[in-house]
Amino acid sequence: MKRTVPLIITFLTGTFLVVSFFVPHSPFGELEQRLLIWFAIVAGFTMLLGVDSLIRAHVRKVARAQGGWGHSAALLVGLVATVVVGILGRVQYGSPFHIQSPFMFIYTYTIVPLQATMFALLAFFIASASYRAFRARNWVATLLLVSAVIVMLGRIPIGAAISPFFPWAQEWIMEFPQLAAKRGIQIGAALGAVSMSLRIILGIERSYLS
Amino acid sequence: MEERGKRSFWEVMDDIDRRIIFVILGVVVAIPLLISVGSEIPPTAPVISAHESVETLEAGDYLMVSIDFDATSAPELMPMLHSVLRQAFEKEVKVVMLGHIAIGLPLGHAALEQIAAEYDAEYGVDYVDLGYRPGYIAVMIAMGREIEDIFGTDYQGTPIREMPITKDLHSYSDIDLLFGFEHGAVIDYWVRYAQARFDQRMTFGTTAVMAPDAYPYLQSGQIEGLVGGLKGAAEYETLIGQPGLGTRGMPAQEWGHLLVIGFIVMGNLGYFFTRRKRKAAGGAA
Repeated sequence: MKRTVPLIITFLTGTFLVVSFFVPHSPFGELEQRLLIWFAIVAGFTMLLGVDSLIRAHVRKVARAQGGWGHSAALLVGLVATVVVGILGRVQYGSPFHIQSPFMFIYTYTIVPLQATMFALLAFFIASASYRAFRARNWVATLLLVSAVIVMLGRIPIGAAISPFFPWAQEWIMEFPQLAAKRGIQIGAALGAVSMSLRIILGIERSYLS
Repeated sequence: MEERGKRSFWEVMDDIDRRIIFVILGVVVAIPLLISVGSEIPPTAPVISAHESVETLEAGDYLMVSIDFDATSAPELMPMLHSVLRQAFEKEVKVVMLGHIAIGLPLGHAALEQIAAEYDAEYGVDYVDLGYRPGYIAVMIAMGREIEDIFGTDYQGTPIREMPITKDLHSYSDIDLLFGFEHGAVIDYWVRYAQARFDQRMTFGTTAVMAPDAYPYLQSGQIEGLVGGLKGAAEYETLIGQPGLGTRGMPAQEWGHLLVIGFIVMGNLGYFFTRRKRKAAGGAA
């Protein structure tokens, strides 16, 4: 019973949503809209579950004084402080997103610079990785190397100044070989998604129940 | 370290310390950012198409702007967002903003307020920020039937039916163009659900890394235009005649690319000139 009822609900819901995609008229359309609103609400609650899991994991780490517990403490302090200033912003300015609210101060001067810094570091690692990875060890590696250099040159003004070939070749690589590979991957992924969806709807794939 | 001191020039080129690469790259990118103003970048076909898609809008038409990025991609996507908003407000197009990356939406809102102020646009009349709702696939599909079902209020909690701009806004059929700013897979869902199912006109600005993912949609005609990376942003600025952050950032990108190409060339020369020695020593070639 514990497994049969969820399987029946999954089958009925999945089949209904597939039908409503092709028949958006009443009553399918209205019912689908209702289910989508439920989905959005459930998705909201998954965020709370995420926060709950985050807090539990880091409180445990601090309580047991595990390695790096200081970072966990900083995370918890930051989390609580952000929530508090968000509520203060709501009370004081009507919205935490008001440009003068303390929440936006934290967002602008802490979260944004931290995110930007983390991602900016990637440029350094990419430069170092490109230098080490793009070696003409065989003809396939050479092909990748030549393509990478053409695309990099084609996407900067000096490439066009050297020769109109570079921007043209860059566009050609993007529009044909790259696109063909990408489309193949997308078709494969879509077929995989259809296959997996059918397996779930028909109750063949049951790992989500465990 | 002693062994390193005896290395030949080509051996050094074959194995440059990554810290040296980091320092040189930092200097090479920082100097153009500090001193260069950049120059106009000739636009390419995908960017011209993107610009044209906004240009087809008339005063009073609705442009939906989707903020699907955060600070990690802001240097590439913010210049595009500024340009598109300027173009829209210039044409007196009504702008409806929303977003599927909660942490990035305030960046979009700040840009919207900044550009709206330049054109004396009024919140709730000329532009609105609907904010964020979780579950983006459900949000996208549900908006095809009734936007109010998902976005009953704007980001501040004002009911959308109380604002002139959203009073009669119901579904994609009321949206004349969607312009998404993407740094991830949200673009796939916009195309699958809003375009394929509801035939929504759409154009995208993406990071350079994400642009290849969007090319199949551009070629199939599912999206009207594509602005890719900082270069795309600079091209868009050329098209609207207002050079900005994209144009100013291009020299740094240019020198960065040239440096990486230089390192790749030196690395390969070092690899070839030291290959025989490695083979003799029994190393893998």
